Amino acid sequence: MNAWFSQHRAALASAFRRLWSTPLNTVLSLLVIGIALTLPGFGYVLLDNLRDLGNNASGVQQISLFMNLDADKKDIGEIENRLKQAATGKWRFVPKEEALKRMQASEDMAEIVASLPRNPLPDAFIVEPTNSEPEALEILRKEIAGWPKVAHVQLDSAWVKRFDAFLKLAKLALWMLAGIFAAGLVAVTFNTIRLQVLAQAAEIEVARMIGATDAFIRRPFYYFGALQGALGGLLAAGLVFGALTLLAEPVGELAALYGGSFSLHVPGAIEVAALAAIGAFLGWLGAQLSVSLSLRKFD
Amino acid sequence: MIVASNLSKRYPGGYEALKDISFEISAGQMVFITGHSGAGKSTLVKLIASIERPTAGSLVVNGQNLSALRRSAIPYVRRHLGMVFQDQKLLFDRSALDNVLLPLQIAGLPRREAIRRASAALDKVGLLAREKANPIALSGGEQQRLAIARAVVNRPTVLLADEPTGNLDSDSAADILEIFAEFHQVGVTVVVATHDQSWIERYHPNVLRLDHGRLVA
Repeated sequence: MNAWFSQHRAALASAFRRLWSTPLNTVLSLLVIGIALTLPGFGYVLLDNLRDLGNNASGVQQISLFMNLDADKKDIGEIENRLKQAATGKWRFVPKEEALKRMQASEDMAEIVASLPRNPLPDAFIVEPTNSEPEALEILRKEIAGWPKVAHVQLDSAWVKRFDAFLKLAKLALWMLAGIFAAGLVAVTFNTIRLQVLAQAAEIEVARMIGATDAFIRRPFYYFGALQGALGGLLAAGLVFGALTLLAEPVGELAALYGGSFSLHVPGAIEVAALAAIGAFLGWLGAQLSVSLSLRKFD
Repeated sequence: MIVASNLSKRYPGGYEALKDISFEISAGQMVFITGHSGAGKSTLVKLIASIERPTAGSLVVNGQNLSALRRSAIPYVRRHLGMVFQDQKLLFDRSALDNVLLPLQIAGLPRREAIRRASAALDKVGLLAREKANPIALSGGEQQRLAIARAVVNRPTVLLADEPTGNLDSDSAADILEIFAEFHQVGVTVVVATHDQSWIERYHPNVLRLDHGRLVA
């Protein structure tokens, strides 16, 4: 047990020494790995933020119900009753006068509104259903469209659906990107380790000759690959963090312009650890493949 | 200790380096493998060290039949052998002491104990004062002595050498031979492949004489 532990410690120490002894190579490899992990990592955080944006945006899942122009108070009362009975969620009545007033308040529209002989706007209801599933909304829309004196029902969730579809597509693209970069990372480690095996051919040959097991010879390379990958992962986390910090202010300003408050959330400790772990695993995988192939010629 | 029965080695391509050899080396013997160059001396050493595998017959070293050995068992067989080569196979990226430490690291010895034993091995071959030197700074004879220190630091039961004096002047060669004789005296089985006849006249060891892959004496 003690021997096992001390051999692992020696292998880890030797991996550190190898990283340290060729600083330029190490920095370049770390940059390549770091950047390869940054792009999917950044994409992941971005998507995470966008998903939050989609969930938080209130008043998005609305149904607008427009009455016929000739609808009177009694018709409106009827619709109110029906909405109450359907118990669909919150709803609000917007009389045509209020709608006109709102339009007049808008600078560009004021002139046009003033030139109109009479109010062309219908009375309307804005419904915010409790069940905001796209299918449920569609059923509700159809039901309301069948009510008397209802001219038009508009589902304002179309863009939510589009947004959802976009997120799904982006997610898929992100997975493909991550796959490609993961393969790249494995390849980079593969090559680094291959060069190391070549550089240490003498040591490997001697060690074999005097009774080193495969595990003894491979161990330092595994540690090296995993260590390099983990450091690359940490570098990637740092880059993502830096990019988000730079973006935080402009995003806040943009959100304010749209009358919302939205702040990017930066990766937490778990996400940083995950990035390092993914890097370590991919580095180990590259080392494993490389060592298996490169050591064949020492048999 | 080392028993060969009807041992043959044919290399890919058909060249037959050893033909139907049988011999027995008992524990504590000093044995010289001699013969002209190309007689099969190196091949026999490589078979004993399980660097090569026999194509026919059996070779038993330390009770292990090397022809039937699993690949994963080879390292543990080699740890009981101390090996010395004509080209010492030293590592020039570390000190003399670190070269001798390598077998002990492989065996997983605690560092303090390893350093103690490595220093003792260096002392035995007269290189303790040069323990910090890089092997490249050592003379040919010193390099070979360093290789012997590395070979014996693990206290092997068999010391195996292939032309250990091939590149040395006669004085250095005599030193090396003297060191082998000392290990023989403390009970280590010593097997040396050499074409140097002067050794045989001086130490009268048991001799395995090879000629074109056959055992002639």
